[in-house]
Amino acid sequence: MTKRKFKIGPYLLVSPYVLFFLIFVAFPVLFSFYLTFHKWNVISPMEYSGLYNYEKMLHDRLFYKSLINTLYFLAIHIPLQLVFSLGIAVLLNTKIKFSSFFRAAFFLPFIVSGVVVTIMWQQLYGFNSGLINRLLTDIGLDRIGWLTTEKMSMPSIAIMATWKNVGLYIVLFLVGLQTIPKYYYEVADLEGATDWQKFKYITLPALNPTIFMVVIFSTIGGFSLFIEPYVMTGGGPLNSSLSSVLYIYKQAFDFYHMGYAATLGFTFAIFILLVIVLQKRFLEKNY
Amino acid sequence: MKKALIYIILIVFAIAFIYPFFWMLIASISPETEIGSLTFLPAHFTLHNYISMFSKIPIGRALFNSILVSSIITFCVIFFSAMVGYALAKTKFIGRDFIFYIIIFTMTLPFQITLIPNYITMVKLGFVDHYAALIIPFVINNFAILLFRQAFISTPQALIDAAKIDGCNNMRIIFQVLFPSIIPTIVTVGILTFMSTWNEVLWPLIVIRDQQLMTMPQLVTLFSVGGRAEGQLGVKLASAVLLALPIIIAYTFFQKYFIRSMASSGIK
Repeated sequence: MTKRKFKIGPYLLVSPYVLFFLIFVAFPVLFSFYLTFHKWNVISPMEYSGLYNYEKMLHDRLFYKSLINTLYFLAIHIPLQLVFSLGIAVLLNTKIKFSSFFRAAFFLPFIVSGVVVTIMWQQLYGFNSGLINRLLTDIGLDRIGWLTTEKMSMPSIAIMATWKNVGLYIVLFLVGLQTIPKYYYEVADLEGATDWQKFKYITLPALNPTIFMVVIFSTIGGFSLFIEPYVMTGGGPLNSSLSSVLYIYKQAFDFYHMGYAATLGFTFAIFILLVIVLQKRFLEKNY
Repeated sequence: MKKALIYIILIVFAIAFIYPFFWMLIASISPETEIGSLTFLPAHFTLHNYISMFSKIPIGRALFNSILVSSIITFCVIFFSAMVGYALAKTKFIGRDFIFYIIIFTMTLPFQITLIPNYITMVKLGFVDHYAALIIPFVINNFAILLFRQAFISTPQALIDAAKIDGCNNMRIIFQVLFPSIIPTIVTVGILTFMSTWNEVLWPLIVIRDQQLMTMPQLVTLFSVGGRAEGQLGVKLASAVLLALPIIIAYTFFQKYFIRSMASSGIK
């Protein structure tokens, strides 16, 4: 009896996961694929539609728009994120006082809900009485239509997202910085290297794995961009801040085009995996 | 000289990170007419925004919902993920490596692909507008499993063998014998899970329509975009303050653990 119990034990332990995996991962992936060949509004019966959803997607201006918007967001967000998190981490690593206070301050926006940050920045970005525009007019510059112009809506959201997440990446870079042996810098000092040289030839190469991680994390985060445009701009003006996830959400829950939304989700997911694989190739080559 | 410059840069940045929160708090206790010109302290103090918020939306109930949902999920994630993590780390069975690879694969799977089908599963199971829809899809977590697996690998086998001789079953070994020695991992999983659940908003927006069952982020979001704030900025900001407060309070007390937990999310 005890012998049998011992053997079945491990299976009992992993059974919750297997069940979970079947219901919330395996089934959805297969069902999602199945849905892409159907029209369905949840209420009336599902209707087979062949490749209709795919054809529709290929001619859908908003599909491309949302994809380009998301890539545009990443193109601004990732460099900003890298420069600021690495820069601040290097400064914090210089044996200054209160470094844990500073670290805690930069980390604060990261732990707070995106909804809070978005509501807050919506006011900061306000055209007439927003704090940022008031600062600009105080020093004699023109107001900027942060959220009200097509040109600025996505960059504004990218700046905000950088502000929100930079704390996490600062901490990751600090962890990376602490793994660099001190004597590397001591030797460089003896050779008379400048700060910039030390940064370029010691710090940066040693941080490559962290940089890689930061790029991948912010790519995944960027592709899930939803609540920020949803609350701030609703995807506007003129769909200039419509992100991929927001578009899926709108198709599914504003229009109840479940088949089409699944098609979009499926395509975006493959696209995301592709981008990440490419980044991996590119970054690993540069190690 | 160089040091001074570093301090100045860091202080300017620190202000840019803290001041907006301060501004939001002050604005939420200011009369509507003063918010637009507010830079530091309000000329008049008022709780009108908070009173008005409580009369407009069931924010108290939402707070209760959020605490309930986040607590149950955190408990379940620790419980189930520890079981799986232990099985992967300390037992041998056919298919163990397979399950391990499935976990890694699932972690790389973008959620965009499962979002719509998972909503449909909720509809078919009749979970829409029930707490179950908020809880069940999150009761187990791939990353938590990996963290527990890692922790259990480094616990001594002798402890397990001794417990087995004493007649302990797997559950008692995990939760009574080994748990005290992996407390840092439990704290990390707890914080990561509680925080991500507390802040989750896309999923609740999809599966909950009944205002009484909404979590705080969802209620605040809908309040803010749905026009029920009626252009009243102060009320909107008051709801954001209330949403941020519990996490910020927890953060000020357990700051060290928060940062350490998040940092560990990078060590995969």
